Order: sequence, then C-alpha cells, then structure tokens
Amino acid sequence: MASLVFGWGNPGRGDDALGPALIGRLDALAPAHPEWGEVRLLTDFQLQPEHALDLEGCERVLFVDAGASCPAPFALERLASSREFGYTTHAMSPAALLALFRQVCGCEPPPAWLLGIHAASFELGAPLSETASRNLEAAVAFAGEWLSARD
Amino acid sequence: MPFPLETAAHPENSRRVVIEPVSRVEGHGKVTILLDEGNRVREVRLHIVEFRGFEKFIQGRPYWEVPVLVQRLCGICPVSHHLAASKALDIIVGARRLTPSAQKLRRLMHLGQILQSHALHFFHLASPDLLFGFDADPARRNIAGLAAAHPDIARKGVLLRKYGQEIIRMTAGKRVHGTGSVPGGVNRNLSREERRQLAAGIDEVIAWSMEAVGMVKRLFAENARAWEGFGHYRSGFLSLVRADGALDFYDGGLRASDAGGGIVFDHADCQDYHERIHEEVKPWSYMKFPFLVALGAQDGWYRVGPLARVGRCDFLSTPLAEAERLAFKEFDGGAALHAPLAYHWCRMIEMLHAAEGIRELLGDDDLSGTDLLVRGTRALRGVGVLEAPRGTLIHHYRINEDEQVVGANLIVSTTHNNQAMNEAVRRVAMRYLDGRKLTEGLLNHIEVAIRAFDPCLSCATHALGKMPLMAELVDADGSVIDRLAKDG
Repeated sequence: MASLVFGWGNPGRGDDALGPALIGRLDALAPAHPEWGEVRLLTDFQLQPEHALDLEGCERVLFVDAGASCPAPFALERLASSREFGYTTHAMSPAALLALFRQVCGCEPPPAWLLGIHAASFELGAPLSETASRNLEAAVAFAGEWLSARD
Repeated sequence: MPFPLETAAHPENSRRVVIEPVSRVEGHGKVTILLDEGNRVREVRLHIVEFRGFEKFIQGRPYWEVPVLVQRLCGICPVSHHLAASKALDIIVGARRLTPSAQKLRRLMHLGQILQSHALHFFHLASPDLLFGFDADPARRNIAGLAAAHPDIARKGVLLRKYGQEIIRMTAGKRVHGTGSVPGGVNRNLSREERRQLAAGIDEVIAWSMEAVGMVKRLFAENARAWEGFGHYRSGFLSLVRADGALDFYDGGLRASDAGGGIVFDHADCQDYHERIHEEVKPWSYMKFPFLVALGAQDGWYRVGPLARVGRCDFLSTPLAEAERLAFKEFDGGAALHAPLAYHWCRMIEMLHAAEGIRELLGDDDLSGTDLLVRGTRALRGVGVLEAPRGTLIHHYRINEDEQVVGANLIVSTTHNNQAMNEAVRRVAMRYLDGRKLTEGLLNHIEVAIRAFDPCLSCATHALGKMPLMAELVDADGSVIDRLAKDG
C-alpha cells in the first residue's frame, strides 16, 4: 500500500507555498529513493471534502501545510479525526477530512500526521522567505526519513 | 445618502456588537451592530477587508501569463478566473469568435466548475442549516453531523465534487493551476476515451442533482413562511443572458432589472460594462459598492448569482432544469423570487442545468476537434465577463505595445453582492437581535443570511482567506461582556 504525502497552499502567496514546494521536492527526489516504497504525492490550494476519497487505499498519510504559529523549523502532530468543522468556510482541516473519510467511506481512515512548516510571510507574488526556505530544507529531510521508516 | 441602518444617528450612545473572523492571511469579513440604550438596532454593517493587491501584482507581466496567474486569486473558483481572463485576452489577440471546439471545451470546463462549486456549497456548507435548523446544536450542524444523520447525502456531495473536478482536470490539463485555456482558444482537446470516461458517470450525476433540487424544494415548501421572509427585501438583479434570453454561464449580454422587475438594460455589450456599472466607495468599507449608473447609487444596487440568473432569465435550455425553473417561479405565487434563502433552491436548479449541459456536450465530437486557436487584429484593451458560480465576474485588462499589462480591474461576484448582503444582514439583525442576549443561534442566523449568497472572501479580498467568525458584545466602555468564537 502507498504512503500519501499531501501538501497544500497557494504557490502565489509567499510562504503559503511551503506545502506545494515540499511536494515538488519529494517528486524530484523519489526516483533516487526506492526505499520509500510506493508514494503518492498530491497538492492543492486547500483541503476540500472530495480529498477524503484520495485517502482511500493508503497505508498512511502525511499532510503538509505552512503555519505561522507552529515552531521552527517544523512540527509534527499525530492526527485524530475531529468533528470540528468550519462550515462557514470553504476549506477543511485535516482532522475534519479524516472524520469525513470515516463517514463517507465507512471504515477507519489511515493513520495520519500533520507536518506544519513554520512560515513567516504570505505576501502576494512573493517568493519563499529566507526563513521558510531554510525550514523547507529541514522538512524535506524529515519527510524523507518518514517515508523511509516503514514499520 | 446612507441606507437605513447603515449609519447610526448617535453612535456615541450605542454599544457595539462585533462579529469578526480570525484570518490566516489578509482578507476577512466582519459584521458590526450598534445597539442603543434600549437595545434597539441602530446600525448594521458587513465589512469585507478588500485587498486590491492583485491588480498591481500583474502590472508589467506579459499578457499571456495572466490566465494562469489569476488562478492564484482564489482556491475556490480558480477556473472562473482562468476563463474570464482568457475571454478578456481573446479580445486583445483579436479572437472575437473562437473555433467551435475551443468554445465547447471552455464551456465544459466551466460547467465542471459550476457543478463542483454548487455541490460543495449546498451539501457541505448550507444543508446542515437547512436540514437541522438555524438554531440546532452547532456540534451537529456541520458536515460531520450531516454525514452521521444523512450519510447518503454527504457521500453524493463528495462524489459530485469529484466528478466536477475530473472535468476540470481533463480540460485544464491539471488539477491545480491548469493551463487549458489560452488567449484565442484552448491548448488541448478531449480524447474520445476521456469523453467516454466522463459520460459513464453523468447519468448518475444528473439523478443526484435531481434529488438535490427535490430536497431543497421540499424543505422550502415545508418552511415556506419562515424562509420566504428570512432577510427578505426587493432589489435589482444582474446576469448574463444568451441572445435568445436563455441563462448562459459562459457568454452573452448583460441584463439588469430594477427592484420592481423592470428591465434597465438588456443584451448589453460586456465590453462597455464600465459605462453601465460604477463602483461607489464608502469610508467604512474596504470593498466597493457597484451600482447601475442609470439608477444611481441609492436605487441601482443589485444582486448577482443563482437567484438573479434563474429568476431573471427567459428560460433554461435543458429540459429537466427548465421544468424546475418553472416550478420555482410559480411557487407560492412568485413569493420566493426575492428571498435570500431561495439562492439555495436556484443553486440546485443550476447544478442540474450544468449536469444536463455536460451530458449534451460530451456527445459532441467538436470536443475532440483539433482546430483550437484563432488570432486576429490586436487590441490594447479587453473585457471578459462570465457567470461564475457565485455570480457575474468581470475581468478588464489594458496592455501596452510591448504586450505588458498596464492596467486591470476585476469585479467579482461578492463585490457585486456587497450592498445586497448588507441589506440581508440588517433585516436579520432587526428581526432576531433586537435587545436579545447574544447566542450562538443568533450569530448563526446572521451567518445563514450571508451564507445564502455563498460569498467568497478569498475572491473579494483577492486573497486565500477563510470565513470564521468571532462575535463580541462590548459595552459603552469598551469592555467585552460576551463573546462567541467560531473557527474556520
């Protein structure tokens, strides 16, 4: 079964691009790392309900997002499904997506973690900040270790 | 001249209720309500912090980059911006008439966007309110509660979204930041195999869309008195219509009506929108207030979106949706035609119309044609208008001789609906807030009124944002005496 790494964010908004940037880096590295096993890489602007279906058939999931409040360079959090839904917004939280998966697919979601990469700036059209670029390197290294650790 | 309840006569003697979001990036909305000493509502304002950075951001860029760049405006309906920008740039490259294949491929992409956007809003954002009630336990009144109580509805919502996204992926080339539409046409067609794959699922999509229309129609009938009156007011409307008066999401002329239903202009050329629509600036709001020039700012504000389109077109070109449009117009002697909550009903009629339109297009061999691009006499200015899921979307660009963008103006659906949303919030505040203790149910009534319009603050503020709300009741000394928070 595959490991899914799903990074989201707006590539046009400075450090909000950290999620998609990490996916781009893993995509480039994957051919040289057969020890990662089967890997699915996915990116989007933000989490939406239909992404629950992308979790089907996955052994484990690593969600990746930029976070202004998470510690530098990154933080890893084990996720439990949550009923806390922001129904006034169009975006979902990863925990809410896990809960939706259970209810829509009728089975337990795969084990999932959230990798929050510390972000500093969300300016329109800006590139990754220096801080975010450094944090991205550390996060890519961690994601490689996570993919290699198949227990 | 301010509208009723727009500005309090004596704000210094009032206490202030603020419903304000916490936003991850710039761009957010808040509602402020002033109450006098007798707890009477004296002022209500919906503020949306508009961030106008995008127009500046694209200045100096080559024009051909714009259809891809504008998708960064919004993670909710990037396809609408992709296509509206392409339509404006069609004019600039002299492609006033696209090839049949290009036009149909763009239309299919757009119908996929309408389908998935309407499905998200109805099944996952609005239906918990509609099924459980505006005052229901908030722990239940969300998509999780919906999935627990009505798993079949939640699953269909997810699958409808997935189907619409597949259409976008196949026509735009990618799931995110697609490049399918370019100035003068498109850069890819659909293979017969891709059409076969999509056609295999469309009958089920139509059947689910029919069920959704049936559900909202039944709920409206069961709650007719309350829902017809909820935030009710009369207003003008604006939308695109085809030359024969049919609703058209992708192209046509502008039709505007006044609050009495009279036509202000019809089949107006979109290139001249700026002569018919102006935008008023108010000191208390970052977002502008568009109005019809012919009626002036006081009487010329209007609504856009599903209620405007379904309520004011002459007919729908697909049979199942047209039958539902007639039923909607005849409901209770036309009582729903101005009701904000009727947006939900019209949204589902449009979802059905989009699904039928997709089935029609998938049988058309032009989708697999290879004549995809045209060019003509270059122009330095172009306007692209289409009906995005939430309403009329206007993109206007000017370029220089070096093919760089030197000016841009975007009017998005949420901006068109600015005054209309303020009106709805004022009426709901008058009806439900007047002198009462702030409760989650009260806060939700205000949100229900806003949510009917499906506002996209990401678009309106030109930022990827959220719409979480926080309400604070502050006394005359500025002390917070009550607070409610709702994260996005």
